[in-house]
Amino acid sequence: MAHYLFLLIGAVLVNNVVLVKILGLCPFMGVSKKLETAYGMGAATTFVLTLATGASFIIDHYLLIPFGLEYLRTLSFIVTIAAIVQLTEMVIAKTSPMLQQVLGIYLPLITTNCAVLGVPLINISHSYGFMESLLFGAGSAIGFSLVLVLFAGIRERVDGAEVPLPFKGAAIAMVTAGLMSLAFMGFAGLDRY
Amino acid sequence: MSDFKTLMKDGLWDNNVVFAQMLALCPTMAVTTSGTNGLGMGLATTAVLVVSNILVSLIRKTVSDQVRIPVFVVIIATLVTVVDMALNAWLHELYKVLGLFIALIVVNCAILGRAEAFAVKSSIPASIVDGLAMGLGFTGALTVIGLIREFLGSGTLFAQASNLLGPSFAFLEVQVPGYGGALLMILPPGAFAVLGFLLAGKRVLDARLEARSAAAAAPASA
Repeated sequence: MAHYLFLLIGAVLVNNVVLVKILGLCPFMGVSKKLETAYGMGAATTFVLTLATGASFIIDHYLLIPFGLEYLRTLSFIVTIAAIVQLTEMVIAKTSPMLQQVLGIYLPLITTNCAVLGVPLINISHSYGFMESLLFGAGSAIGFSLVLVLFAGIRERVDGAEVPLPFKGAAIAMVTAGLMSLAFMGFAGLDRY
Repeated sequence: MSDFKTLMKDGLWDNNVVFAQMLALCPTMAVTTSGTNGLGMGLATTAVLVVSNILVSLIRKTVSDQVRIPVFVVIIATLVTVVDMALNAWLHELYKVLGLFIALIVVNCAILGRAEAFAVKSSIPASIVDGLAMGLGFTGALTVIGLIREFLGSGTLFAQASNLLGPSFAFLEVQVPGYGGALLMILPPGAFAVLGFLLAGKRVLDARLEARSAAAAAPASA
């Protein structure tokens, strides 16, 4: 039990996908201008990423490995992710108009989030089991949402600050992300297990 | 011909994937711990980009609008798998360093972006030039970021080039004597900071160039 807990905490804080592993930067930079969009994107990504890690584990273990098709991993995972995104979109559209309003516009963007493809591939390279894969996926997704929301909050404040002209916009955002990443390096001390 | 020149200039500077479009940030940050890694990753991406541009341009009239994105994604994923296997076979050292990020070329938004924004509407030669220009612009950006981080972080330039890219690249290797390096620049925070400063630098440079061309144009119009 403790092992799972540490795996989860490690995925959220110590090995944060965005700030330590450097995955999923496009949405991190792209949709972090407003706090509300950050919440929406975080929720949508969490949902899809958790589902994608589970699905890709099943495909890898019951389809690719038995038939010796490991070299098709990248191809089959990206197709799976695209299908999951499409499916989620359809299910949400049919069942919950409210959720669709919140998540709708973010879902198509998730297909090109490298964290969604990267985390399943990391799972395989660490040869995690099914539960471990799911937890690592969920933890990474929570970590992604956490830093996305934090970053959006900081950016809203930075927008009002007097920044040297050449640094306005993307450049200061990068430097801010660097400082956040520096702060997250501090969590590395937790990783003793 | 001048058309190709604009395409080249667009890809290399005006519309550079990293510095202007801010796409493909994950590989840009993650693999640029040294100039060699940046160069290797950039060239691998360029190869995928050029071939995917050619293929997309080839099939642009036969694929219907509704299914084009999945088709493009499958094309790109296939090419990436080929590059992945080729690197594993011939440049195994580089393959081990870049690792996960080779597979992640699939989700490099720049490649799908070029297919969508350019290749699907253009002839094959123009698509090749565009792919090459964008790819080389990306390679240049990655190499520059890699070199800066490597220089500040470990005091070397193109370290391991002969090991990773082949013995003929040995001439690139430089070691700055008497400088131990600041580890921070190799770690992720360094990547973010260096890119931030480079973006600001490009903006200053662009503003200067614009002011100069405006000053040159002003007497002519008056």
